[in-house]
Amino acid sequence: MRVLMFGWEFPPHITGGLGTACFGLTKALAKIGVKIKFIVPKTFGDEDISLVNLLGAENIQINQRHFNYEEFWNKITYLEIGSNLIPYVSPELFKKLSEENKLDGVNFKENTFSASFKFSGKYGKDLMEEVARYALIAGALAAMNDYDIIHSHDWLTYPAGIVAKQVSGKPLVIHVHATEFDRSGENINQNVYDIERKGMETADRIITVSNFTKNIVINRYGIDPKKITTVYNGIDLYNYDNGNRKPDTLYNDKIVTFLGRVTFQKGPDYFVEAANKVLKKYKNVRFVMAGSGDMLNRMIKRVAHLGISNKFHFTGFLKGYEVDEMFKYSNVYVMPSVSEPFGISPLEAMRSNVPVIISKQSGVSEILNHALKIDFWDIDAMADAIYGLLNYDALSRFFVKYGKGEVDNLKWDNAAHHVNEIYHQVI
Amino acid sequence: MRTICFYFQVHQPFRLKRYRFFDIGQDHYYFDDFSNKTIMRKVAEKSYLPVNQVMLELIKEYGKKFKISYSISGVCLDQLEMYAPDVLDSFKQLAKTGSVEFLAETYSHSLSALKSKEEFTKQVKAQSAKIKQLFGQTPKVFRNTELIYSDEIGAMVAEMGYKGMLTEGAKHILGWKSSNYLYTNAINPKLLLLLKNFRLSDDIAFRFSNKAWSEWPLTTGKFVNWLNAVDPKEEIINLFMDYETFGEHQWADTGIFDFLRDLPYRVFSESNYIFETPSEVIEHHQPISSIHVPYPISWADEERDLTAWLGNELQDDAFDKLYQLYDKVKKCNDPEIEKTWNYLQTSDHFYYMCTKWFSDGDVHKYFNPYNTPYEAYTNFMNALSDFELVIDSKCVKKESRKPKNQDLSEEELTRLIKNYQARLRRMKVKNIK
Repeated sequence: MRVLMFGWEFPPHITGGLGTACFGLTKALAKIGVKIKFIVPKTFGDEDISLVNLLGAENIQINQRHFNYEEFWNKITYLEIGSNLIPYVSPELFKKLSEENKLDGVNFKENTFSASFKFSGKYGKDLMEEVARYALIAGALAAMNDYDIIHSHDWLTYPAGIVAKQVSGKPLVIHVHATEFDRSGENINQNVYDIERKGMETADRIITVSNFTKNIVINRYGIDPKKITTVYNGIDLYNYDNGNRKPDTLYNDKIVTFLGRVTFQKGPDYFVEAANKVLKKYKNVRFVMAGSGDMLNRMIKRVAHLGISNKFHFTGFLKGYEVDEMFKYSNVYVMPSVSEPFGISPLEAMRSNVPVIISKQSGVSEILNHALKIDFWDIDAMADAIYGLLNYDALSRFFVKYGKGEVDNLKWDNAAHHVNEIYHQVI
Repeated sequence: MRTICFYFQVHQPFRLKRYRFFDIGQDHYYFDDFSNKTIMRKVAEKSYLPVNQVMLELIKEYGKKFKISYSISGVCLDQLEMYAPDVLDSFKQLAKTGSVEFLAETYSHSLSALKSKEEFTKQVKAQSAKIKQLFGQTPKVFRNTELIYSDEIGAMVAEMGYKGMLTEGAKHILGWKSSNYLYTNAINPKLLLLLKNFRLSDDIAFRFSNKAWSEWPLTTGKFVNWLNAVDPKEEIINLFMDYETFGEHQWADTGIFDFLRDLPYRVFSESNYIFETPSEVIEHHQPISSIHVPYPISWADEERDLTAWLGNELQDDAFDKLYQLYDKVKKCNDPEIEKTWNYLQTSDHFYYMCTKWFSDGDVHKYFNPYNTPYEAYTNFMNALSDFELVIDSKCVKKESRKPKNQDLSEEELTRLIKNYQARLRRMKVKNIK
């Protein structure tokens, strides 16, 4: 089985769930003998994470100590295309970034294909233009390589997949990690929606990361349910160091954590309101909002306005090891996402022995039993759940104990087998 | 005889280091020694040392005819002692000439006048003592942080025994009146007010090097012409500005030092003005009326109000949270905690949280170590959260450490002892098994 895969960032450049998922999946596929040509848009050099920072993307740790790269690279051909495409970027933000020249200064020469593929030399100033340009390069690549199947991850690479399918006549599988409805609520960008639907219609099979997402694809994009299969993400189980809990501090307060991009999709505002409710009843607790994003300043203002700033802290963007550190501090983890196709971060929290509260509007809530589930908008229920976990040690211990076992069973290997089956069904 | 009264504000805050959430409860030092030292050295080399030299030379040349006044914040004096003793020495030299007056202010350049009379009084006394110790004179005239003034603040200052106070000649309080007279406080007429002539002051402090300004370049001849053009009945021109104007806000290559060096000569040869210190002005002139300032004013920005430091949610919350600690700090009575408490009160911390981005925002940005007011706020609040923990662990717990068994009833005690004995027995049984 040879796969031409249009994916996203690899370590050390992981900016979010999408990159983590691509990495986990390809690794597990490689293990069962699937040969993958992995194509990614390359935007910035290894040292420059300012852009990541700017976008407020999560930086999720991939532990490199326990991973044999060499074996991995033997099975996977990794190709980079010089491009400005970045995950989690809306057309509006892209426009802003390119106007501010944040996307310039990219070294085009590093591009593996600059010798054979010469384009205008400038990246598209408009995101749609850039997506189209990327698809064009993809088409050329598709013609040059041999493979049995094409696999595209999320909308920015759907056009590339479509072009590749047209050029080669091979079947196309698209993998839906998120839809425009997750990112933007009801205020969707029509162009993005059109590309997504076109990709879904052209695809021979569609993989969604949860039934939550599957339903969106069926109901919002009018896609035939028979084409769609849900494959849940896994989680990497590197030897996580559970030994050290929170370092000695002057306070004995428990810590409730929100960790992620501070954007509409992640529901940070509900977390703040719930925190305010809890603080009225329970004194020995501190809340932490870790991460950055376009709603951060509004959240800081709201916290100041509520007058809870001595108990509600902001860390800003956290680097990989700091994320682990943050989990060590945490007694409760809350993911109040408004719309979360999957949601890897609660699994990471559980792996670190932190009990979690997750919104019912998340894919991960379909597979987790040992997590408290609430509606994102129900701040009373959220406050209640937080209060319960803080106060009743038995409850918290129970979740930690069984939650860990649950997470251990979510292996990428299972996901890879499932994906491989789907490959075999379409060729 | 008409008078020019020169007054300079000398101030540097203790800037906070990047203090993260992870530091709370563990790291109890909040200040950025490196950047504080670097900035102090830079300002010393570019501004304080050369301008003090010019002042000394002028006083040497004109003797008692050339007079100036300063207020140096306590936090700045602390930093001068630590990082720039050479600057401190030159101020001491200036003090010895007899042509220089030092004014009183709050030790930490704080906004305490708006919050607590007790804290305010304490800080002013501390500052005054420091001035006396370093320069051998006890301040008689008061200048509040950033010229912040209201009727009530004035009354407090009068009560503390000061004869005069400096503030802004803000348009919205003066109306048709001129800043070029002495006024009195509306509550206590014993307190005389010197109002800043903001046009002539800002011509030097802000516009001097602005090439887009129609009067650029400003020469001493032109400036003295403007002084002469002031209505002859008006008595006092108060030129109040940041001392860093010389060499730091206006760099040496703009000619600001030459302007200063030449100004007294021009004044003496081409006008009938003399130079006086604020105390002399108060002694030699009569107030013409009282002035009503029900709401606090300052010398900052177009609005001449407090909005550079207070008013948005972030600033108000940080300010309230800070002063909520007042009682705890007082009870604590610990010199280390007092010191940090002082440094955290410095108004600059709130200035960094200002969200007035436009017009004056540029000035704000120039002095701001943070990228956004939100960063400034979270950083300050993190440090403040830790500070509260430190106070609690050092002081509050001391009180609660009193033996607790006094509260236990006899019944409870017997029960506890029984339980304990039972446990001991169980342990013994286990060991034997």
